[in-house]
Formats: sequence, structure tokens, C-alpha cells
Amino acid sequence: MFKQIASVTAMNLRSLPQRIGSSSVIVVGIAGVVAVILSVFGLTRSLSDAVLATGSPDRAIVLRAGATGEFSSTLLVDAVATIKDAPGIARAADGTPAATSNFVAAVNLFRKEDGARAGLAVRGVDPAVSAVRPEMTIVSGRLFTPGLRELIVGRSALEEFRSVGIGDEVVLRDGPWTVVGVFESGRDATESSLMTDAATLLSAYQRTAVNSVTVRLASKGAFEELKMALTTNPTLSVSVERETDFYRRESQDANQIFGLVGIAVGVFMGLGAIFAALNTMYSAVSVRTREIATLRAIGFGAGGVIVSVLAEALLLALIGAAVGGSIAWLLFNGNSVALGDSTGSIVFQMQVTPALLLLGVLLACSVGLIGGLLPALRAARLPVAAALRAV
Amino acid sequence: MKYLPLIWAGLWRKRARTVLTLLCVVVAFALFGLLHGFSAALDGIIGQMSETRLRSMSRVNITQPLPLAHRARIQTVPGVEEVSYYNFFAGYYQDRSNSVQVGAIDVASFNVVYPDIQMEPQYVDAMLHTRNGALVGEDLAAERGWKIGDRIPLGSAVWTRKDGAEAWDFEIVGSYRSPSGKVPTSELWINYDYFDEARAAANGTVTLYFVKIHDSNRSAEIAEQIDALFANSTSETQTQSEKDWVRAQIAQIGNIGFFVNAIIAAVMFALLFVTGNTMVQSVRERIPELAVLKTYGFGNVAVMGLVLAESVVLCSVAAALGIGIAAVISPPIYRELGAGGLNLPLSVVAMGLGLAVVFAVVSASLPALRAQRLSIVDALAGR
Repeated sequence: MFKQIASVTAMNLRSLPQRIGSSSVIVVGIAGVVAVILSVFGLTRSLSDAVLATGSPDRAIVLRAGATGEFSSTLLVDAVATIKDAPGIARAADGTPAATSNFVAAVNLFRKEDGARAGLAVRGVDPAVSAVRPEMTIVSGRLFTPGLRELIVGRSALEEFRSVGIGDEVVLRDGPWTVVGVFESGRDATESSLMTDAATLLSAYQRTAVNSVTVRLASKGAFEELKMALTTNPTLSVSVERETDFYRRESQDANQIFGLVGIAVGVFMGLGAIFAALNTMYSAVSVRTREIATLRAIGFGAGGVIVSVLAEALLLALIGAAVGGSIAWLLFNGNSVALGDSTGSIVFQMQVTPALLLLGVLLACSVGLIGGLLPALRAARLPVAAALRAV
Repeated sequence: MKYLPLIWAGLWRKRARTVLTLLCVVVAFALFGLLHGFSAALDGIIGQMSETRLRSMSRVNITQPLPLAHRARIQTVPGVEEVSYYNFFAGYYQDRSNSVQVGAIDVASFNVVYPDIQMEPQYVDAMLHTRNGALVGEDLAAERGWKIGDRIPLGSAVWTRKDGAEAWDFEIVGSYRSPSGKVPTSELWINYDYFDEARAAANGTVTLYFVKIHDSNRSAEIAEQIDALFANSTSETQTQSEKDWVRAQIAQIGNIGFFVNAIIAAVMFALLFVTGNTMVQSVRERIPELAVLKTYGFGNVAVMGLVLAESVVLCSVAAALGIGIAAVISPPIYRELGAGGLNLPLSVVAMGLGLAVVFAVVSASLPALRAQRLSIVDALAGR
């Protein structure tokens, strides 16, 4: 039985080059689907990865109770002081808490790529930020000096926006601020921002409230302790969230529209590819009508014929997946993409990851199997006598 | 016309293949209609935006409020007819994730600045006399089932009240429509005066100004004059015509055009390949039949024409179906994306049908040439 299947399949595959024209239809169809789906999914995955990378399980973010994000949250200065005193926060030897308030403003700048005017976040932080976000490092220039109109720029923002290099001036509400350094932070969302001292920025914007407080936990388990202390404090009305959970929500929001587009395009293209695969395999079977009938006549079983047709479809699908995957990888892997609105932008590197490529292969295989199944059944059911007389 | 049955018979010779090819082309053109239709619809939105209305907002960023005192100064610029203003409310209904677009406006001046919007005089009157009154847009009313007389408690993701209460209570006293369809009617409008008095922070400021001018040719000049008024102040403005503003908003999202075009190109290439292959196969199988036609006296050109015509019929029927699908499912998608009232632009339909014919001819050209060059004797002998 297995010997039969193997020999029929081998014979079938050896004759593939003779049907190269029609076989390439399935390859091109599937390559197109895989390339498009990997690009769209690569975009959404890379976007959420960049947002997710910003969060660490070692940190917690404190917002006004009920706020959905930093922009809709405000915390007054005395609330910030109370939060920083809470238990569960990591502290330096001298007792300074590893906590920073965040005041988020935005500034309009021009993107390098298309010259479009887009928003970029300006994040005011406390000097303790280096203890809260140890992954942040200055790669050139120096840190801003509190009290002076100085900014540092994230590496991603520097790559995508004009006039934010060291020495450049950025006009904020109260006039020009000078960029004095560049920081990196592992390609997370923080890199798509300008950063400065919170107190200096607050006074420039004549505000008295910040948006949020980020703290580094004394230990992973200290989260419950911190949350309990803050949410039961009658002078505060805040919500405490692990940073990983907070950014998971943010990444879902960011991906809503693109996810929808991706699914719609994917469904349509998948259908198209299945039709193309069916077409190819039906004609492959029809070209081989006499060959298949001969095999059946000399005693080969229906199983062998079915497997041989499915194997052909799968092989072609895999070639298609390889071609499509390579196209997506070559065109988009490592591309820097900037998406934004007036209140801020996010710059991220598009990654076509092995996991995504695997998804492409699985997708191609299912299209190949669906497209091969009906023609395979038809091949197995061919009435031998009539098929032998076929022209 | 008399060849139609012949073309028909040729197409239905291999039923399964024709149907599958047809479906492939349908899918491809449905995608074309959806994607290209989307960018064309965006262009359409920009095209119908007014150039006699300017928007003035903070030069630094739209999240930065402007003082209400700017209004009187903008009004002094020659050529300015009326100045109205707007403040974002960031509203939600019952649950924070259930957001409602709410704008705080000054209804009297808004009416002048937006002549495209139709509100009954008694509604304007009711709004002026009800402090917590609200006007509901036609689309929003239909979506939520809100009607005049309803009291709607809303929360705001940004604004807190001076009195510490969580909810803002609004009473719907009227509705507004946009007969031309140029202005989205998916917002709830509330009285700026009431809102500004009640909010705890940023009192006496607005998010943006709407400036109506007499002469659209002078929009750039007037915008510059307005910005010059506030240059070097702590609240510098950036003024643009509504058309330029929307164009900039769309550009901000990122380079969507490239992605859309790349996908369309990939789909179209695959499509060309599939139909081309079908035609090659179909002609190869029918060589003896075509030879018989030539024996009966069909000319070389006529046989070539038959092959081309089959391809054109197949592709145009499929393209019409595909674009039809796109036309049916596009409007709800546009609505979801905040551009209600738009249909699939006719230009996209025309372009799609034109493309279908071009594709049909290109993909059938090789087999058609082969059919034309066919030698009767060789073909009948099976050489």
C-alpha cells in the first residue's frame, strides 16, 4: 500500500516539469497571498511588539482612577508625592524612590520620509527616571539639565523626524528648546518621543498636574502591596496597573484598524488563492486523465492517486510559500515605519519573524490542501474504461 | 453579435475551469474596489472640503488650547466674515470604551460658519435657552436611538467638573442634518458657555477656531495674517484652509498609499497570471476545433478575435461582479472609518472596468496570436 502510494507520488512529481505553466499558477497565487498577509500581519505584530516592549513586569503605572490612558489621566503634585512614598517601590541606598512622574505633551514636527507634519510626544520625567527605566541609555550627547530648556531625543524619533538632532531647536509652547542628547531604549515606544524634565515642562505649559507616575517595584511580588496601599488611601483616587498589562491594552487599541484591514484583505486573498489552486489541480488531473486511468487499470488503488494529487498541490503550495515569504522578507524586514496622529507618533522596525513565516507556510499548506482535495477525489473516481478512451 | 453563441460555447467548454477563473477575477476586483475605493474616497473627502473656511489651532500641537481672547483679534483681520470655536469633550456613554464624539460649540456663530449644516430655527432657539442643551447629529441619533427630549448622562475622558460630579447631564433639544453630506453628522454638540463654566481646568480656552472668509482665493493670505497676529506669543496659531487641514490629517496617519498600491499590484499580477494561463490552456486544448473553424472559412483575424472576445467577456463579467461586491460592502466600512454618506466613487468603477478589459486583452494576447497563426493542415493532423 505505502509502496504504491510512494511510487505513484514519485512518478507524479517527476512529471511536474511538463506542466510547468499551469503549475506556476498555484505557486504565483499562493506566493501573492503569503506575501500580502505576512506584510500586513508583520506590520500589526511589529507595532504591538514595540508597544509591548515598553512595559516591564518590574514596573507599575499609576493613573487617575478610571482613566483609560495617560492622556485622559491627571494627578496633582501632592498626589504624586503620596504615591512616591508608598510601600513596595524600589529605593536607592539613600531612600530615594525609583519613581518618576510623567507629563505628556505633544509637538508638531515634520517627518523625514514624506514631509508630513505629525505629532511627536514630549515626555516630562523626573531625574529618577534612570532608576525606573534602566534600559534607557544616552548614546550621544548628554542628559537634559533640569531647569533649562533642554530635550533629549529617542533614537527612533531622530531617525524619522527632521530637525531633532543634537543642537537643533524645537519650538514648544514657551519658545525654543535645545536638543542636547540622544537616547535608546531597545526600540520600544519610548524611543518615539522627546524627553525632558517634568517640572521644567510643567512650568513651561503652566500646568500643575502630571499624567501618570511610573514606579519600579522592590520585587515582582511587591505589586499587590503597592496596589493595596494606593487604592485604599482615602486621599487618593488612582488605579494601579502592572506596566505589562497597561501596554497590552495600549497595543490592542493601536492595532484595531490595521488588524481589521489585515483580516479583510487576508480573507479575500485566501479565497482567490483557493480558486486558483482548484483551477490548477483540476487541470493537472485533466491532463493526466489517461495516465491515472492506466494506473488504476493495472491495479493501483484510489488512495495512491489521491495522495499523489494532494502531494503535488502541497509541494507547489510550499514553493509558493517560500517565494511569498522571501518577497515579504526582502521588501519589508527591518523597514522603519512611522504611524501617528496629532497627539504622538510611534516609530517601529517592521519584523518578518520566523513565527510569521511559519504562519505563512501553514496558510499555504491549507490553501494547497483545500485546492487539491476536490480534484484528487475526482481523479480517484474517474471511470477507468471511459478515461482510457479520453483524447 | 452573431458570434456571441460561439463565444459562449467556448467559455462553457470546461465549466469548472471557467467558473473558477471567474471567481478568481471576482475576488481580485472586489479587493481592487475596496482598497482603491478607500483611497479614492479619502481624496473625495478632501475634494469636497471647503476653502472658504479656515481652521486655526495651536502651532505647537492641537492638544494645546488657545485662549478665547483670540476670537476678537481674528475678527479684525480684513476678509474674515465670522469666527466660531470648538472644544473637544472626549465623551463616553456609560462605559469608557463606548466613546461618543462631543463638541462644545457656540451655536449662533457656528450656524454662520457652517452653512452646509441645517438646523431648524426652533432648535437653535432651544439650544440658546437651555444651558445643558445638546444638538444631536442625524447619524448619531440613528446609531444610538437618541431623540429630542432625551436626557443623556455623559462622562468625559479629559474634563472633570468643578463641583466634582462625574457625569455631565445633557438634554437633547434638537438635531442637525447635512443635506449635502459634506459634514459628518455623527457628533453631539453642547453649549460651550455651559461647558466652560462647569469644567475644572483650562477655562476660557478652546481647541480650535473656525474662520469663515469671503473669498476662497485669499485663504492662504488671510491664514498668514491670522498667524502673524499671534507670532511670538505663548499661544501661536497655525491656520489652514479646511481642505489643507484634512489633507494633512490623512498624511499624518502614515504612508498608507504605498501599502495599498503594493497589495493591488500583487493581486493584479496574480490575476494576470491566472487568466493568462487559463486562456493558454483553453486554446491549446482547442487547436483542432479552431482549425475546423478556419476550414469553414473563418479568417485568421476572426479566430484571433474569438479568443480575445472570450477573455474580454469573462474578465468584464467577473470585474463587474467584483466591483459590485465592493460597492455593496464599502459604504458601511467608510461609515466605520468616520466617513459616512460616501459611496464607492464612480471613477473607481470606471477604472476597474477599463482595467478588466486591458487585463483580458493582455492575458489573451499570446494564445490569440497562436490561434491567428494556426496552420489548418498541421493543426488537424495534430502536429
